[in-house]
Amino acid sequence: MKRKSHSKTARVSRRTFTAGLGATGFLAGTAPFNIVRAQGAALKVGMLLPRSGFEAGIGQDCQRGVDITAGVLKELGLPPLQIINADTESSVDTARARAEKLISEGAQLLVGAFDSGQSTAIAQVAEQNGIPFVINIAAAPPITEQGYKFVFRNFPTAGMILRDAFIDQKEVFAAVGAAPKTAVFMHVNDTFGTAMKGGIGAVMPKFDMPYKIVETIAYDPAARDLSVEISKAKATGADALLCVSRLNDAILLTREMVKQRWTPMAIMSMGPGWYEDQYLKTLNKLSDGPLSFAPWYDPNKKLSKQLEAALAKAHPGVNMNVNHVYTFEALLIASDAYKRAGSGDPKALADAIRKTDIKDNVSIGPGIQFDAKGQNDKIKGGGIQNRGGKLVTVAPKEAANGNAEWPLKPYDKRA
Amino acid sequence: MSADVYLNVAVGGILTGLVYGLMALGLSVIFGVVRVVNFAHGEMMTIAMYIAVTLFTAFHLDPLIMLVPIAAVMFAFGYVLQKRLINPFITRPEYSQFLLLVAVAIIVVNLLLIAFGPDAQNVQTSYGYDSFQIGPLIVDATKLYAGVAAIVVAAALFGFFQYTRPGTAIRACADNYTGALVVGLDVKHLYALTFGLGAACVGAAGCMLLLIFDVTPAVGPAYTLLAFVIVITGGLGSMPGALIGGVLIGLTEAMAGLLFSPSAKSMFAFGILVLVLLFRPQGIMGKRTAS
Repeated sequence: MKRKSHSKTARVSRRTFTAGLGATGFLAGTAPFNIVRAQGAALKVGMLLPRSGFEAGIGQDCQRGVDITAGVLKELGLPPLQIINADTESSVDTARARAEKLISEGAQLLVGAFDSGQSTAIAQVAEQNGIPFVINIAAAPPITEQGYKFVFRNFPTAGMILRDAFIDQKEVFAAVGAAPKTAVFMHVNDTFGTAMKGGIGAVMPKFDMPYKIVETIAYDPAARDLSVEISKAKATGADALLCVSRLNDAILLTREMVKQRWTPMAIMSMGPGWYEDQYLKTLNKLSDGPLSFAPWYDPNKKLSKQLEAALAKAHPGVNMNVNHVYTFEALLIASDAYKRAGSGDPKALADAIRKTDIKDNVSIGPGIQFDAKGQNDKIKGGGIQNRGGKLVTVAPKEAANGNAEWPLKPYDKRA
Repeated sequence: MSADVYLNVAVGGILTGLVYGLMALGLSVIFGVVRVVNFAHGEMMTIAMYIAVTLFTAFHLDPLIMLVPIAAVMFAFGYVLQKRLINPFITRPEYSQFLLLVAVAIIVVNLLLIAFGPDAQNVQTSYGYDSFQIGPLIVDATKLYAGVAAIVVAAALFGFFQYTRPGTAIRACADNYTGALVVGLDVKHLYALTFGLGAACVGAAGCMLLLIFDVTPAVGPAYTLLAFVIVITGGLGSMPGALIGGVLIGLTEAMAGLLFSPSAKSMFAFGILVLVLLFRPQGIMGKRTAS
């Protein structure tokens, strides 16, 4: 006689036991992909950078920031990170595919990706999968305007960069007692460059700048030749060159200015490229003089000195720059959140990142905190100048370690 | 804008276009004779560019001086490639030839990536930043040297085809394949010789372009596409057409960048291609073939 159970709690039969055993075996087999790791094991961080393609130089520079992080985290008493490297190949589609692959391989948190377009694609993947994504470098404002719950950016938006750039420019003009009356604006036509162009139109009128933009020239960041662009810029007769560029095009622009015998009063960059080591090394004395108004670090902070020492040890002769600083800070945020969350559970990590409050940091500003949108809105930019293969911080005053040299020395008078 | 600006940009565009033309000349010569479309053309040029970079880095040998030896190396490479790999595909369907050469292109890109890494590389010659000023005209020295060298190399190639016995034999092969076989010409050798000459052209163009542009393993496909645009515009199989097409594209890109937006430079080059395909499908200097 069969006995029926009237209890709401189902009894375990041989069949359900076998099924349960099978399910347990399946879960054990797939465990590396979804278990919540206990504290003590390193957090698996998927590090997405453009290691090849036209942004390879900058991506590899960001990698230097990754290289020096482990030692500094150890000195700070923070938990270690297990870095899984991925190459976005400077492509949005590849960035998306690599992010998906990293998550399927068990990455518990993503960091990257230097480029706004690529970071936007990764943010979508991270949000869909519920994996925290900490952006090291990407300025396009929409990334943190989508209502994402797992995306965090410790980098200023295009509007913030421009706001600080104009403030710092005015500080430099006041310090040197001179200012350009006209400027030609050259920018890359990628996501970042286009966002910056839009931002300039919106932000500049609020700052009563002493110069006006007489011409705007957009160009392809992967362009092989920028001679026409420089001819066009030179023909405007503008006092200063205002630009938003990348590394390769910054080198090309400088070469063309030398060949076409044009030295403006000042080169004022509001993006990467002009302060980078490859720019300094490739152009030697021709690299001196450009001012970059960009997210930067405070050389007077304790952790900046610690990071500089680590970089000097790992990569002698390399100047610390925004790529190293913000890549390091993104990993610092990950490690700090991992410590406070007590586990590698993505949701717990995201909650911990949201409550981040790091006062002892490297970048200019009061520290690292995120607003409700996942944006650190307290970061400040700085003004830096290339001088003799080194970088001197000239603005803002509280972070400066030198004064600006003005105007730009003519290229044909550099022995 | 003053007339000086237009003049400067036009001269720069023409000089760059001449080098583009030399690069495309190799593609046109190969197609005109062997009737194989070289889809690894740009990649072959990057090989030459990397040879030039390596020689400059190791021994400070100027790419313009190394132009002849590098062209000779590329000639040998092209000759062997045609004789050993492409020749069996001559009588096969066109898609087989296409796949073979695309495969060669992919292999070349990846081998260069393994050997040299993804970073852009260039040569810093003593005249790298020089320019000549003639009144209001400022001419980039490297572009001028490269443009003059392109004219010299193209003239030498025309001379070879017009005034030498092998050149005449190659033209005979191109005109009448069966007739060439009947009169006892070694067609396989002549095909390999032609492919070698095309590769030598692209090798010489690579040395010159290195003075103007940086090289990365990934630039090959862009140059292949550019060469196709030029030869289709100039006339596939026509040697003067390749040079004229190169100058036209170089000039169009430069003037479009100046008059409109630099971002739209390539759009205008492709616009010319579309117009040529619509109104003169055989290209500017190409001959209309019987349908």
